[in-house]
Amino acid sequence: WTVSGHEGNLRGVQRVVLVLSGKGGVGKSTITTELALALQHAGKKVGILDVDLCGPSIPRMLGVSQQEVHQCDSGWVPVYADPQQRLALMSIGFLLDDPDEAVVWRGPKKTALIGQFVRDVAWGELDVLLVDTPPGTSDEHLAVLESLRKHRVDGAVLVTTPQAVSTGDVRREITFCKKTGVKILGIVENMSGFVCPHCSECSSVFSRGGGEELAKLTGSVFLGSVPLDPLLSASIEEGQDFLKAFPDSATYSSLRAIAESVLNRLQD
Amino acid sequence: MADIPTDAPEHCPGTTSEQAGKSSACQGCPNQTICASGATKAPDPAIEEIKLKMATVKHKILVLSGKGGVGKSTFSAHLAHALSSGDSKEVALLDIDICGPSIPRIVGLEGEQVHQSGSGWSPVYVEDNLAVMSIGFLLGSPDDAVIWRGPKKNGMIKQFLRDVDWGELDYLVVDTPPGTSDEHLSVVQYLSGAGIDGAVIITTPQEVSLQDVRKEIRFCQKVKLPVIGVVENMSGFVCPKCKNTSQIFPPTTGGAQRMCEELGLTLLGKVPLDPRIGRSCDEGKSFLNEVPDSPAAAAYQTIVQSIKNYCSSNLTSAAHTD
Ligand SMILES: Nc1ncnc2c1ncn2[C@@H]1O[C@H](COP(=O)(O)OP(=O)(O)OP(=O)(O)O)[C@@H](O)[C@H]1O
Ligand SMILES: [Mg+2]
Ligand SMILES: [Zn+2]
Repeated sequence: WTVSGHEGNLRGVQRVVLVLSGKGGVGKSTITTELALALQHAGKKVGILDVDLCGPSIPRMLGVSQQEVHQCDSGWVPVYADPQQRLALMSIGFLLDDPDEAVVWRGPKKTALIGQFVRDVAWGELDVLLVDTPPGTSDEHLAVLESLRKHRVDGAVLVTTPQAVSTGDVRREITFCKKTGVKILGIVENMSGFVCPHCSECSSVFSRGGGEELAKLTGSVFLGSVPLDPLLSASIEEGQDFLKAFPDSATYSSLRAIAESVLNRLQD
Repeated sequence: MADIPTDAPEHCPGTTSEQAGKSSACQGCPNQTICASGATKAPDPAIEEIKLKMATVKHKILVLSGKGGVGKSTFSAHLAHALSSGDSKEVALLDIDICGPSIPRIVGLEGEQVHQSGSGWSPVYVEDNLAVMSIGFLLGSPDDAVIWRGPKKNGMIKQFLRDVDWGELDYLVVDTPPGTSDEHLSVVQYLSGAGIDGAVIITTPQEVSLQDVRKEIRFCQKVKLPVIGVVENMSGFVCPKCKNTSQIFPPTTGGAQRMCEELGLTLLGKVPLDPRIGRSCDEGKSFLNEVPDSPAAAAYQTIVQSIKNYCSSNLTSAAHTD
């Protein structure tokens, strides 16, 4: 017990998974949120660390955007999304007085805060810590890897949409993982196909199949695809638990299957 | 030109600020003496060099969004296509998304390389009057990842503005990555001497996107960058079979319209979600040429016209200099 509380903050964390994508707006935060909820429903204790400092989305997506973080002896107490405290969240969104405030920071300052996030959040016991990232391969990504590496990084889930403009960016993210030695747990294709609520015709709004193709091409595991579902975007907007609300939907099944595959990959 | 040194304390006011070296946060900072001396407040000489370079560029437009994937690059490319159509105007498109350059593919120039000329780097041309510059043209393969921290990205942006042989231009359109960080600060600072006409802000209708876009607008206010207006993208999807419209990204808080009313901004228009736009981008073609008679193309044209009007009435373009 000579280890200070701060250094020990990640000791109870069993698995650390990054959610990455070279491309913005493909649904990293949405997939992070749904993965966390699925794991929580599967009986796991889950944490989310949101390192998107300029555009934090998770507080709203979990319906906790009005909350604040508090200090304790071993650092910051994360915000819990449920009364049982099985889903913990840390985000810069909790540190801003005004939600519209712009965090106009250059790299070094972002790096410093991310270091603090990794060190100083009192997560307690967690089965899985998910890290939601901004798009790209820059300061935030390097910072979070550098700080987490001392503890552990079990792998990354890559999110893409089906169109070539997006898979192109994700190919660069794969290179990033290879260069930095992060294991790729698999690729999720998000927003694949939209079923018209009026006539049930399935349209490929952002084309189709690009994620699976990319997985084949790069020898990665394909974790599954999630359709473009207005009920999912509506739940995300309102900060409601989609998995609880729509357990009969096709989107539910695919999200659950993806969460299971991720868990399996983590046992390997 | 990092404003905040790596070893600076948490509330560092920035090396170029008035408080540099003098604020309470500066106590004990290893840079305090040099900051207090005023040496760090001297502007980067590149700003003056870029001003000279940009003397032949009439209008400069930034395309911004706090949120990723809302269609900035798609819009930037189509704005450039539309401005250059009819051959009467000289247009350039600069991509400062250093870690995720998508412009080369969208304008059909993937795999092209930049050439060195006597007067600097020559851009790559889509048409005689449409030049493009992107870090994508400097990479060996489309898989190459640019894993750079801020200062290196800033250096690249400086080079793009100062060392590219832009020539005489009517419009320079700058596509940016999402966020409010190094790339955004740098492009605004480097162009502060030359003057920027303004920014076009892109959003999608849902609050998850608008909450980030409000931050981007705050950023514009902070750095005194005029906002030309807001474009709402992906607003409504028209089913190709039954022609009914669905809100894939529902405007739960009133969409861009309400945000613009609240913040006193111009809503330039709404572009529907049309799968053919994405397809044109994947194929590197202009949607405006591919499907000119679509509602989405009409929306683009109206928006471009408003931007043109803004620029031509904006006589202060070169006079933003302090
Ligand atoms: N499968 C889906 N069906 C419907 N809407 C979706 C789906 N996936 C994501 N969305 C919506 O798309 C938008 C973008 O998603 P999200 O914010 O998760 O992307 P991101 O990759 O985290 O973006 P950024 O790069 O800005 O961080 C959100 O409004 C979200 O609700
Ligand atoms: Mg996100
Ligand atoms: Zn239909």
